[in-house]
Amino acid sequence: MLKYITKRVLWMIPVLLGVITLVFTITYFSPGDPVMIILGTNNYSPENYATKAAQMGLDKGYWEQLGTYILNLATKADLGRSYMTSIPISLELSDRIPVTMRLSLMGILLMMCVGLPCGILSALKQYSPIDIGLTTLSLILAATPNFLLALLCALFFGVVLRWLPITGLSTWKHWILPVFCSAGGGIAVFTRMTRTAMLDVVRQDYIRTARAKGLKENVVIRKHALKNCMMPLTTVIGAFIATIFSGSIIVETIFNIPGMGLYLMSGITGRDYPIINGTIFIISLLVCTVNLCVDIAYMFIDPRVKAQFLTPKKKADLVNKLVQAEREAQ
Amino acid sequence: MLSNAIGGPNKSVDSMEKPAKKRSQWGDIRRRFIRNRLGMIGLIIIVILVTFILLAPMITPYNYATQDHSSVLVYPNSKHIMGTDDFGRDIFTRLLYGGRISLVVSLVSVVFSNIIGIALGSIAGYFGGRVDLSVTRILDILMAIPSLILAVAISSALGSGTFNTILAISVSGIPHCMRMTRSTILSVKTSDFVEAARATGSKNMRIILKHILPNSLSPVLVNATLLIGSNIMAISGLSFIGLGVQPPTPEWGSILAAGRGYIRDFWPFIVFPSLCIMLTVFGFNLFGDGLRDALDPRLKD
Repeated sequence: MLKYITKRVLWMIPVLLGVITLVFTITYFSPGDPVMIILGTNNYSPENYATKAAQMGLDKGYWEQLGTYILNLATKADLGRSYMTSIPISLELSDRIPVTMRLSLMGILLMMCVGLPCGILSALKQYSPIDIGLTTLSLILAATPNFLLALLCALFFGVVLRWLPITGLSTWKHWILPVFCSAGGGIAVFTRMTRTAMLDVVRQDYIRTARAKGLKENVVIRKHALKNCMMPLTTVIGAFIATIFSGSIIVETIFNIPGMGLYLMSGITGRDYPIINGTIFIISLLVCTVNLCVDIAYMFIDPRVKAQFLTPKKKADLVNKLVQAEREAQ
Repeated sequence: MLSNAIGGPNKSVDSMEKPAKKRSQWGDIRRRFIRNRLGMIGLIIIVILVTFILLAPMITPYNYATQDHSSVLVYPNSKHIMGTDDFGRDIFTRLLYGGRISLVVSLVSVVFSNIIGIALGSIAGYFGGRVDLSVTRILDILMAIPSLILAVAISSALGSGTFNTILAISVSGIPHCMRMTRSTILSVKTSDFVEAARATGSKNMRIILKHILPNSLSPVLVNATLLIGSNIMAISGLSFIGLGVQPPTPEWGSILAAGRGYIRDFWPFIVFPSLCIMLTVFGFNLFGDGLRDALDPRLKD
């Protein structure tokens, strides 16, 4: 198992190198001369231009610039400096990553806390008014892009009802709308996935057996049914992380939250390429890490996956033990 | 797994045994779909929407770009059923023409990402080995960047505009289409009829195009339908943050972005474009779900 994890962690390196190269290439060949962006039209003179270009290393060729970028990143965790403010990207990001992470994690928590009970309820009362209502709600929520959800929530709760603040992050009340808006689509998907998975599981024989044994419905659902739904649901959670990070661009822009998304947006509007490169790199790093965690989580959830990673000797021992236990039982 | 759904070896056997009663696979699928209430609702929404959008010049007497400064921000009335925007343009007209852009951009990008995704996915899935390894490694890199962020990066590099938006959205959709095709083909590849085709001496290209792809069609088709909806969301999201389609070209997201400044004072500017986006995505999602249930006989109960 350790070998598998090590292999996966090592595999992240070429993937991230690929991401850096890809994003660097995209921004490098974008129209617009970075030196001119730094200088502005007012300070332009051929001498100024040459000194600035040399100072920022922008007079070098593509390969050299890419090489320097990767080397600085690998050895000094240095993502370069912003063209506009010359603040190091890594410094700025270290303040912003926790904000976005907290927003995303709370979004995922909300998604699970709302989606799981709704999905279970929906599946257990299939075709009842509750099920139809919840399914309709989740279908509508799934059809609402997060910027629309954010806009409508801001309009309704912030402007019409004046219950919640709509910009900044100073009190806990400020978190409610952004977290809900980033989780919105996820709640819908999670509810539907839970419903489907539960419906799949509830028809199985072992559920009938559990009920026939006279177990309480509560125990049947919690111990027998839910445990077997965990696999597809873990997949949904893992896939949603990427969505929630993309969504952070929009949610953070609308609610004016100083996270990575807003930073990326500022980089895009200002054509500040190091910001774009650095932020996308960090987001990819986070996505890769989460995917790895999800794969490791599979091993703890599903004994079948875990069994793949046993050594032959351990596997044989396990089989022997099982056989012996069966014999003794007879 | 899908060999029974479309085409497949059973088809010829069936038609040989009972030539009189011809019940085609597509007929079955159509019947199953018509019985699916939600799917039909989706289809009806899409048909109404497309009709409105196609017949836009006949439905509305206004031009989407003509400004009328004498009637700015008018609430809905008999002349302007959805009111007018900050330049006095009829919102209903702009939404109709904007729908053209949204739908066309979305459809074209779905076609682009599917063509490339299916080509790469089937090559990777069919040949396996080193080809598969190198394709999936590239896929891993693309999958590490969330698709909307990839689209944002590409469209910020290319600049805004309709064509660049199509390009950005298509590229960001490729990885998903490719993974979908690859996994489907991996499961179809081992079927007996592929073996049979190879035994009769068919070339690789023929096996892929004539035998494997038709039998992997249904998940790809469903994926494409659902992608139309999510592309519309992505396109309007891009326009909303100022990338993507630019004013004065009407697009649902850019109309919303323009309306954002009037959020406190003038509700029609926000509510009607929102309803358009939601209704369209809702329609395509329902249609896609219905299609999946109709194409996948295992779910028949």
